[in-house]
Amino acid sequence: MTVQPPVNSLRSLPDDSGHFGQFGGRYVAETLMPLILDLEKEYRKAQDDPAFWAEFDDLMKDFVGRPSPLYYAPRITEHFREAAPAGKGPKIYFKREELNHTGAHKINNCIGQILLALRMGKTKIIAETGAGQHGVATATVAARFGLECKIFMGATDVERQKPNVFRMKLLGAEVVPVKSGAMTLKDAMNDALRHWVANVHDTFYIIGTAAGPHPYPELVRDFQSVIGKETREQIMEKEGRLPDMLVAAVGGGSNAIGLFHPFLDDPEVAMTGIEAAGHGIESGEHAASLTGGGPGILHGNKTYLLQDEDGQITEAHSISAGLDYPGIGPEHSWLHESGRVRYVPITDDQALEAFTLCCSLEGIIPALESAHALAALPQLTAEMDEDKILVVNVSGRGDKDIFTVAEALGVEL
Amino acid sequence: MTRFNTAFSRGPALVCFITGGDGDTAANLDALVEGGADVIELGMPFTDPMADGPAIQEANIRSLDKGTRTADIFRMAAEFRARHPQVPLVLMGYANPMTIRGPEWFAAECAKAGVDGVICVDIPPEEDAALGPALRAAGVSLIRLATPTTDAARLPAVLSGSSGFLYYVSVAGITGMQQAAQASIEDAVARLKAASDIPVAVGFGVRTPEQASKIAKVADGVVVGSAFVDLVKQHGDKAAGPLKELTSALAEAVHSAR
Repeated sequence: MTVQPPVNSLRSLPDDSGHFGQFGGRYVAETLMPLILDLEKEYRKAQDDPAFWAEFDDLMKDFVGRPSPLYYAPRITEHFREAAPAGKGPKIYFKREELNHTGAHKINNCIGQILLALRMGKTKIIAETGAGQHGVATATVAARFGLECKIFMGATDVERQKPNVFRMKLLGAEVVPVKSGAMTLKDAMNDALRHWVANVHDTFYIIGTAAGPHPYPELVRDFQSVIGKETREQIMEKEGRLPDMLVAAVGGGSNAIGLFHPFLDDPEVAMTGIEAAGHGIESGEHAASLTGGGPGILHGNKTYLLQDEDGQITEAHSISAGLDYPGIGPEHSWLHESGRVRYVPITDDQALEAFTLCCSLEGIIPALESAHALAALPQLTAEMDEDKILVVNVSGRGDKDIFTVAEALGVEL
Repeated sequence: MTRFNTAFSRGPALVCFITGGDGDTAANLDALVEGGADVIELGMPFTDPMADGPAIQEANIRSLDKGTRTADIFRMAAEFRARHPQVPLVLMGYANPMTIRGPEWFAAECAKAGVDGVICVDIPPEEDAALGPALRAAGVSLIRLATPTTDAARLPAVLSGSSGFLYYVSVAGITGMQQAAQASIEDAVARLKAASDIPVAVGFGVRTPEQASKIAKVADGVVVGSAFVDLVKQHGDKAAGPLKELTSALAEAVHSAR
């Protein structure tokens, strides 16, 4: 059931027209507009339908394997405590989203959206994917509910994420390699939208991140908020108080908004979102739209984008295919401008270092996306007292990335 | 009388689209006018043309790869206006290049260049504030799109604040792909014309004089785009001749339909 947040709440957006301040909105072709309005209507009904959430919760528990653990990471904590100035180095917890079915947080959103698709009577599912995690999660729920599924994936990503491509095919999905543009996530989204426009009558588009036209940023956030709600309960149980700092990687930003949103009205909880800085902001080869971009309109929403002065979209770069996108969810743009969340860029090299550190110290192979969040720890832990609590969202597991990492480290497999 | 009123008052109008900066745009625009085009749509290239099929996507990339900037598009428009004082000129494109410097800047540049109307694919009536008020204040028509999914309940919102003509996208899909059934076009045009007092032009998937002639029997205008863009791809900087030839055939078909 929906509980209205208090007036002045940071959790009350988007407004009725789907805006987060100047961001968000519904910038789509007229063909899609009636469908977007239908989706919003259906979502409003679902929000107030206990049966919808009962089915969602049930699938989360028995199909996804939730709740995911909140794990105290003792050796990482010690490692940074030793490196930090005396008295610094907080207690570090991992929110273990990588233990979900399909290996990442993406499945939370897919379960919610496929239940909406079924309510709307749609029989075909499409999705875009970058790293392949969202594609795998979508193919999974499509198989679970017996719906036909097409995944649009940049041809470059098809090449660098072969294991996930095969997984999607095993799950019965058709993988469509997209050969326009730089052949990555942005181009996959363009082609998914083109397919959708021509098939609105029977097709539901499961967007993979908290972006796109309203109501997608809102409903994706709501489905992913299970991460933050669980974290809240778990930390109260373990520590008897709220955490002091939340850290999550931000591509489109669904794992981050899912963790952050339930805490936005708790001023004592600071939040850091990590953008992919690729080869460094100054190199121009990065995916940090907040740090290195500006407001613009793409893929159905107004948000921060990487673009030139004419508004042409520029190519993003990140070693992590899941962060390789020139935009960001509109709520993050708003949280950035309002100052509630601090966004920090992390380079490919920093992420790789954190990746190997997490493997060797905690026995957890994180996704390269999550490694970006972990790479903020050296700086954050040096500034926080040792009685503080920090939670990192380990949003996905890194099995899919071992080939990329091996190549980056110069290891031949 | 606006240029649109004049163009549509002569009977069914042929509306011709090419992408700005793809090939020799000035020569190509002249060829369209000489062939008998009544209204010109000049595409503003964008890196991510979500509503366009492969032909216009590639034209956008060819143009951007040649270094076409927004300033170049306005220069092409202003020069066209100087050469052809009477032919209505429409800029068609996507929201980001149109709003990046603010909608007032864009509207003022349109007015200065003699642009009569603007079609923005990804600003529906719900987001009108992003561009509509600035265009109307500058005296530039905002031309909206209606589609097979635009139902009677939405139509007033689509028409509100729009002028020049209404562009009926005859297929739910992207540009240059399939053709809509004639019967569905006739139904839709009748419905749109009953609700609106501005001309209704029909486009998407129209390539041949035969198709254009049938549509012109019921609609106020016929829009052809991808077929021209294909010719520019095929003939590069020497596309003017073939463009004029196709335009003449289409114009003959459209103008003699009624």
